[in-house]
Amino acid sequence: MKINKLLTGATIALGLATGAFADGHEKTKVGFVYVGPVGDGGWTYEHNQGRLAVEEHFGDAVETVFVESVPEGPDAERVMTQMALQGADLIFTTSFGYMDQTINVAGKFPDVKFEHATGYKQADNVSVYSARFYEGRAVQGHIAGHMTESNVIGYIASFPIPEVIRGINSAYLHAKEVNPDVEFKVVWAYTWFDPAKEAEAASVLIEQGADVILQHTDSTAPQAAAQAAGNVVTFGQASDMAEFGPFPRVSSIIDNWSPYYIARTQAVIDGTWESTNTWDGIAPGMVEIGEITEAVPAEVKASAEALIASMEAGEYHPFTGPINKQDGSAWLADGEVADDGTLAGMNFYVEGLSGDIPQ
Amino acid sequence: MDLSAINPILLLASLMVAATPILLAAIGELVVERAGVLNLGVEGMMITGAVCGFIVAVNTGSPWLGFIGAAIGGALLSVIFGILTQFLLSNQVATGLALTLFGLGLSALMGQGYIGIKAPSFPDWHIPLLGDIPVIGPIIFQHDPMVYLGLAIVAATWAFLKYSRAGLILRAVGENHEAAHALGYHVMRVRMLAIMFGGACAGLGGAYLSLVRVPQWTEGMTAGAGWIALAIVVFASWRPGRLLLGAYLFGGVTVLQLNLQAAGAAIAVEYLSMAPYLATIAVLVIMRAGRAPGSLGQSFHASR
Repeated sequence: MKINKLLTGATIALGLATGAFADGHEKTKVGFVYVGPVGDGGWTYEHNQGRLAVEEHFGDAVETVFVESVPEGPDAERVMTQMALQGADLIFTTSFGYMDQTINVAGKFPDVKFEHATGYKQADNVSVYSARFYEGRAVQGHIAGHMTESNVIGYIASFPIPEVIRGINSAYLHAKEVNPDVEFKVVWAYTWFDPAKEAEAASVLIEQGADVILQHTDSTAPQAAAQAAGNVVTFGQASDMAEFGPFPRVSSIIDNWSPYYIARTQAVIDGTWESTNTWDGIAPGMVEIGEITEAVPAEVKASAEALIASMEAGEYHPFTGPINKQDGSAWLADGEVADDGTLAGMNFYVEGLSGDIPQ
Repeated sequence: MDLSAINPILLLASLMVAATPILLAAIGELVVERAGVLNLGVEGMMITGAVCGFIVAVNTGSPWLGFIGAAIGGALLSVIFGILTQFLLSNQVATGLALTLFGLGLSALMGQGYIGIKAPSFPDWHIPLLGDIPVIGPIIFQHDPMVYLGLAIVAATWAFLKYSRAGLILRAVGENHEAAHALGYHVMRVRMLAIMFGGACAGLGGAYLSLVRVPQWTEGMTAGAGWIALAIVVFASWRPGRLLLGAYLFGGVTVLQLNLQAAGAAIAVEYLSMAPYLATIAVLVIMRAGRAPGSLGQSFHASR
């Protein structure tokens, strides 16, 4: 399984190297490293939409290159090095698992700017950026809590990292708020993209009584599995996945990277680029909520929209106390709002969730 | 932990389904290797079959035609491998790896316009009488026809290799191609046919993913299933009966580990994921009988 990915990555890197030609460097060159194929219909698809938006916005002033299906690990370092050697001025590395590789390569190329998605390690020429997906998860949890009849909600998680754990916690808190009997079954798939495994995980959760499936993996396979089961609700992940609406897909979280990518490319062109830590949510438009379909009762849709509006206005934070940790110890006091530091490194479940986070 | 949440009947039933794609790909590769050819391009042929099957099924509306298209697509890709290795005598390992890479790229290209489209549905067979037997019925007799076709291909391959004259010739070619050549058998013809059979089976396995298991087209959707199929052939020590066991073991572990997780069991995922590979190594060490075909991976030219 690993070998083929390694080889794919290596060959693509080779292809890129031979395809590179010196062109006097008048254009700004922007590179993108993707963890999945651009046709995954989810995470990587949206990053590629951002890349296309950059191309469209700047026209001939900017040239973009990308390498898809790059495994998280040493091979990523090789791909990034190749891009930097080819003369890329700005490189977006779009998966959590590229964190250390990005820092390493950035150290070797101090003149190249790097942007690492969803990580937390910064350097002089490495910015980090992410979206507050947990705001979207709050909306999903709210709708899921209302929609479930079996009171069992299945959650296909990818890797046990803070971003995913935040999503589980946020969804759970808001499902529990509207439905105190709700129970979460979490399955760790240990992949961002493996349609067969995701389909299997969805079927397993459905067999074990879940009638709502939330996913933090990138393919649309769980949607198809839910559709086959007939009475199971799903939400689009990373991309709208509207082709599965109005049922089973009743809403979605859409990542909108385009404004950020355009702004950062502009900063490189202007020479104003600085290492920053960006974490935007619903309000600036980095996280969008896909259309809530008619399969959702009108009053639930209205309350979900009210929730979205309150987060958009900055009046409500999904992690507002009182919230206890899973072991019962207090985390947030009544009315207290979680700080970004704790959220960024979140490694615990909130009270009420069962099971352990794999270490 | 709440193990009662796992329904053993549904678990075994989904095990049969999960094992089918790797079973199909592995039985094809087994025949190829018994003929003395090592084709590491299973992954590439699977994914090409997946996209060919999907395209045909979507355009004709018939999943059956889709499966036929997948078999043809996989076989055509394997012909490239056959020509390169059998007639141009290229290195089989390198050519096989190249075939995988080529297949992944080709399928992504062919599938461009098919992302996000749904496949025509392929309903389960509820076999009358047999399907109504309690416990066994839902486990074994309520699947889609491809599950049974996969089992039928395994049984037919077993009988073919063991009892038929053609099967004996194929094995002779695989064990010692020079002796087979001296006896007047067409080594290259036998091998080309075996390679095409392997390609067709891998194509069917891929199409099972894109038409039944997932069912839609996404790039890279086989996600390493072809490599697992290769491991199963070694695990089975090149015997169809053990191959069935191996496919269920490898497929079963995936389903079981997801089930245990959903039920809240505290076994680390890593242990379950490595289990089938440990079993493969154990089999290789313990069962000395599992000897590879004598001419496996060697090029043959009649002039030598």
